[in-house]
Amino acid sequence: MSKQITFSIDGVEVKGKEGQTILQAADEAGIYIPRLCYMEGLVPHGSCRVCTVIVNGKPQTACTQPIAEGMTVENDTPELKEHRRNIIDMLFIEGNHFCMFCEKSGNCELQALAYRLGILSPKFPYFFPKKDIDATHPDIFLDLNRCILCGRCVEASKDIDRKGVFDFVGRGINKKIAVNAEANLKDTNLAIADKAADVCPVGSINKKHTAFATPIGKRLYDVKPIGSEIEERKK
Amino acid sequence: MSKSKRVIIEPVTRVEGHGKVSLLLDENNKVKQARFHVVEFRGFERFIQGRPYWEIPVLVQRLCGICPVSHHLAAAKAMDQIVGADKLTPTAEKMRRLMHYGQMFQSHALHFFHLCSPDLLFGFDADPKIRNVIGVAAKYPELAVQGVMMRKYGQEIIKATAGKKIHGTGAIPGGINKNLSIAERDVFLKDIKQMLDWSRSALKIAKDYTVENLEKLTPFASFDSNHLSLIRSDGAMDLYHGNLRAITADGKKIFDQVDYTNYLDYITEEVKSWSYMKFPFIKSLGPQNGWYRVGPLARINTCDFIDTPEAEAARKEFMAVTSGKPNNITMAYHWARMIETLHSIEKINELLNDKDLQGTDLVVKGKRRSEGIGLLEAPRGTLFHHYKINDDDQIVMANLIVSTTNNNEPFNRAVQKVAADHIDGVAEITEGLLNHIEVAIRAYDPCLSCATHAMGKMPLKVTLFDYQGNEIASKTKE
Repeated sequence: MSKQITFSIDGVEVKGKEGQTILQAADEAGIYIPRLCYMEGLVPHGSCRVCTVIVNGKPQTACTQPIAEGMTVENDTPELKEHRRNIIDMLFIEGNHFCMFCEKSGNCELQALAYRLGILSPKFPYFFPKKDIDATHPDIFLDLNRCILCGRCVEASKDIDRKGVFDFVGRGINKKIAVNAEANLKDTNLAIADKAADVCPVGSINKKHTAFATPIGKRLYDVKPIGSEIEERKK
Repeated sequence: MSKSKRVIIEPVTRVEGHGKVSLLLDENNKVKQARFHVVEFRGFERFIQGRPYWEIPVLVQRLCGICPVSHHLAAAKAMDQIVGADKLTPTAEKMRRLMHYGQMFQSHALHFFHLCSPDLLFGFDADPKIRNVIGVAAKYPELAVQGVMMRKYGQEIIKATAGKKIHGTGAIPGGINKNLSIAERDVFLKDIKQMLDWSRSALKIAKDYTVENLEKLTPFASFDSNHLSLIRSDGAMDLYHGNLRAITADGKKIFDQVDYTNYLDYITEEVKSWSYMKFPFIKSLGPQNGWYRVGPLARINTCDFIDTPEAEAARKEFMAVTSGKPNNITMAYHWARMIETLHSIEKINELLNDKDLQGTDLVVKGKRRSEGIGLLEAPRGTLFHHYKINDDDQIVMANLIVSTTNNNEPFNRAVQKVAADHIDGVAEITEGLLNHIEVAIRAYDPCLSCATHAMGKMPLKVTLFDYQGNEIASKTKE
C-alpha cells in the first residue's frame, strides 16, 4: 500500500497517495482544479497551463507536479482565476471558435470552462487565422479551426492506439496538428473506434454523421458547470 | 432625352432588415420608376461551402433571429435527402411540424400585434409618435399583452422541440433529436384554449378592418400578380411540406403538384445591379410576367381548402370577398396572416393530442445522396434550400431562395403604385408618402436580412432625385 501524504489546497487539508499528482489527489478529494489538456489515462504534459497552481509560492502545473508532505497549494484565488481566464481568452481568439454552430457546443470543455470562469465575450481582438479542414476520412472530420493544441489526440494515438496518427508540426503561432500521411487523414490507419477519435476536448476531431444527436438540455454541461462531477465527490 | 427626378426612401421601418426606396420622377414630376433596394450583403451561400452537411441546419438558421426555425427545417429537409431519409418516422415528422407551427404562430403574432397593428389601429396617417407598439400598449393594453403571450407560447413550443427558443438544434439529418414529454405537452395543453380564443379575436380584428375599409384598401398598393406556394397532394394548405403550385391573378393554374426537387425547371432568378436581392420568376412566363407573390395571401389563394375547421371557415369568408377568385389586395395579407395563425394553433392542438409525439423512434437513414433540396412555407412565404455535397460530406454548392426574395418584384410594384398615387406633379416627400410606402411594404412582413442573408436595423430613408439625377429632397425615419 502506497504511503499517505498530507498537504493543503487553499487551506483545506487533503490526503493523497505517494506518486499522485496534485490534480489527481485534488480530484479524489473533490476539489476541482480547472484543466484542459489533461485527461485521465493519458500521460500529462502540462501544455495548456490552465491547471497552474501556486505550490509553496511557485507556479506549477497541477497535472504534472507530484504531491509532497506538507506542501501548500493555492488554487481558487482571484489571481489564478484571472490567469486562467486569459489563457482561455487567448485560445478562443487564436482559433476560429464559432460555438453557435459547432456540434461540440454543450459538450465542449473549452466552452464549458469559459462559462465556468465567467467569460462572456472575448477580451482580445480575434486573429481569424486561416486553418485547414480535413474531411477526407470516411468516419472522422478534422477541423483545425477549433484545435487548441492540447495534444490529447497525439498522446492517445501514440500511447493507447499505438498508431501515431497525429503529431505536432511547426513552432509558435504556426504550430499545428498534422497527420502521419503523405496527404490526408484518409491515408492514415485511424479508425473510428480509436481512442484518438474520442479524446478531443473541443470540436476539432468529430465523428461524422453523428452531430447534434443529443438535444439541448441533455448535453454534458447544459445543467451543471464543468468540474461539478469532481466537486460532487467531496464528502 | 427624357427628363426625370429621383426620390429615395431609406430606411423602411418596422420590417425586419434594412432597405431603401428610390423614386425617379419625370419632368412633369410624375413617378417614372420605383425601386425598392435591398442594400445589405451577407453571403451565406458562399461561406458555408466546405462545412460538413450535418452542420448546415444549425448554421444557416443564423441568417435570421425572427424565423430561424424555417431555415433550420428547410435545411434539415434538404439534409434528409442527403442521408437518404425519404420518409421520416411519425415522431420526427410531427415534432418538426409542431416546431414549424409554433414558429408560424409566434412570427405572425409578432407581426400582427407589434409591427402592423399600429397602422391598423391608428390609421396610416396617424402621428408616428403614437403609431407604434408603445402606442398600442398604451391605448390597447390587452392587445399588446395578447401579442406578447401568443409569441411566448409559440417560442416555448420551439424551445420544447428545438431545445432553444432561438437557434436550436432539434432537426437533424433524417429526423429529430428529441420527442415531446408528457410534462412538456401538458404545459401547452393548459393554455391552448386561451391561444385559440386570442387567435380567433385577432382574426376578427383583421377581418373586420379589411371588410370595413375594403373600398380604401382594395386599390391601395394593389396589383394583379401570380401566386405561388406549396400545396398538399389533395390541394390542402400545408405549411411544412407539399408540391409547388402557381396560379395566375385570376386563378388559372400555371403549374400544379410539381415535385419541388425539380424547382429549377420552373423557377429561376434574375440579378439586378441596384439591389442585393435577386428577382425570382416563373421560367415559362419570363421575367416580365413570371414574377409572383408568396406568403399568407398567396397561400390562401393557391390552396383548395384548409384542413382545420375554423381556419377553413375563415378562408371561405376571405375568398367570398373576391367571389372565390384569387385576392390580389395587398392589404389583405394581414387578414390572410391571421387565418394562418388560427390554422397554426388548430394544428398545434391536433399535434399535442397525438401520441406519436411521445414516440422514441427519432431518426432514419438510407442511401446517401450528393444533393438535397428542402422547401417549406415559412411565415413570409415559400423558402427554398438547395445544397450539393462532395464525396467528403462537405457543402460545395448552396442556393437559398428566401421567402422575402420571392416578393421582391411585388415590393417594387407596391411602392410604384403608392408613389404614383401620392406624387402627382409636386416633387416633394410628404409624410403621407413616407407612411403609405411603409404600410405597403410592411403588409408583406418582409425580412430583408434573410432575403439577402444580411443583418442590421431597418430604419427608412427617402431621397428624391430630379430628372437630371440631382438629389432634391431626402427624409429619414428612424
